[in-house]
Amino acid sequence: MATKDMMRPFQLFQPESLDGALALADKHGGDGWIMSGGNDSLSWFKDRVKSPVAVIDLGGVTDLVGIRETANGIEIGAQTTLTEIAESDVIQSKFSVLSDAARHVATPQIRNVSSIGGNLCQDTRCWYYRDGLDCYRAGGTKCYADTPEGMNREHCLFNADRCVAVTPSDTAPAIVALDGQMTIAGPNGTRTVPAEEFFIGPAIDIERMTVLEPGEILTTITIPNTFSGATFYFEKVADRNSWDFALVNVAAAIIEDGSTISDARVVCGGVECVPKRLTVVEEVVKGSSRDEETAALAGQSAVRGATPLNYNHFKIPLMENLVKRAIRDA
Amino acid sequence: MVDLKVNGKTHAVDVPSDMPLLWVLRDVLGLIGTKYGCGIAQCGACTVHVNGASVRSCSTPLAAVGDGEVTTIEGLADGTNLHPLQQAWIEHDVAQCGYCQAGQIMSAAALLAENPSPTDAEIDLALQGNYCRCGTYNRIRKAVRSASEAGVAIFDPATEVTA
Repeated sequence: MATKDMMRPFQLFQPESLDGALALADKHGGDGWIMSGGNDSLSWFKDRVKSPVAVIDLGGVTDLVGIRETANGIEIGAQTTLTEIAESDVIQSKFSVLSDAARHVATPQIRNVSSIGGNLCQDTRCWYYRDGLDCYRAGGTKCYADTPEGMNREHCLFNADRCVAVTPSDTAPAIVALDGQMTIAGPNGTRTVPAEEFFIGPAIDIERMTVLEPGEILTTITIPNTFSGATFYFEKVADRNSWDFALVNVAAAIIEDGSTISDARVVCGGVECVPKRLTVVEEVVKGSSRDEETAALAGQSAVRGATPLNYNHFKIPLMENLVKRAIRDA
Repeated sequence: MVDLKVNGKTHAVDVPSDMPLLWVLRDVLGLIGTKYGCGIAQCGACTVHVNGASVRSCSTPLAAVGDGEVTTIEGLADGTNLHPLQQAWIEHDVAQCGYCQAGQIMSAAALLAENPSPTDAEIDLALQGNYCRCGTYNRIRKAVRSASEAGVAIFDPATEVTA
């Protein structure tokens, strides 16, 4: 590993408005790097694996900070910190799966400066890729993780396409479970994309984790009232208890009508390049009561079709049990 | 020139705005109580407060601080009166090598400012971003516990802190 800490020089821009940030992002295009809390960005720079010419720091764009309650739900500015989300009264009372997920990210020091937008847009943790190897995701022609010798216990179970990296985010499964809508601003105005479509796998674009194009900025995450006050479950399993990225995490939102489940959304992170919405599980549990039998069936259907790599077979029972618990213990 | 507020004083520093706060504190201002551990936001040794919230100074560019108030371990004591955590650290003889303690104390101070009587679980959660390679975690927890029981707001340095 190259010497850490000595970053290559870059030009730092600190716009104070979204318009200013967009103008800079448009001007620098592919040479620009949008930075939020800086935790993912600075590790790339300090490892000298990615060295952008121009860094556009969104830290001063205060119009992207805050949680607003609207008639249809809540709007979260992309620059709102994970600490603010974890401690927000309105999120805790209406969408506690999101405050729970935010609370499980990293450490207090990191949550104090990390934004929800940055957590959602962060790059994958595949160590071959983060180490600067010329893998598919880095524009090369091979995957180092998916080889007979490749160390891939943290890699994917589903929908590998040359690349086997997974989404590292804890908040992304919660946002997908809540049917979040992502507002993206760019040089040609704004567009809104459902969270489920915001994240993209290697089959769509192997070098990106989201639909964001150069020059575009995620501005707002809107959570509709669909699951307001529903029964929620979030659990994260990582190698270390103190702070680590998830091996597998699960976020679930369940609406019950009497003793039967009338609607549910169950999403797992750490098993695919995108947060994996388990529509089969959702269909299986709808109309059933929330009991051991339904939960077991949910777990089994969650892992159907999983194709493990050499060292990540353990993720299958892990995912099965997490989904089971999400239905049973929510 | 950038104006940087540290421990209640404003310093005009002539450094690039992308310089990590840690370097400014240690190399420019000579405040070497804050330690350089890993440099990559993993270990927590460089923890300081910006506007009362704990952050990792090795990964905070100077420009991101803006006109925020930085507090380092040097600014924690009130003159010669130690902060209750510092007092508790001495009472419990927490440090083995001591390298992580500035960061540990700053994280704990941020916790106590928000939650004056945390449970052990809350202490563990708040300090999970600070590594101690000597493994003094039990003494750290004990010291934070006794500092909290002594009461941060009404701390009297003459009061004996008992284990």
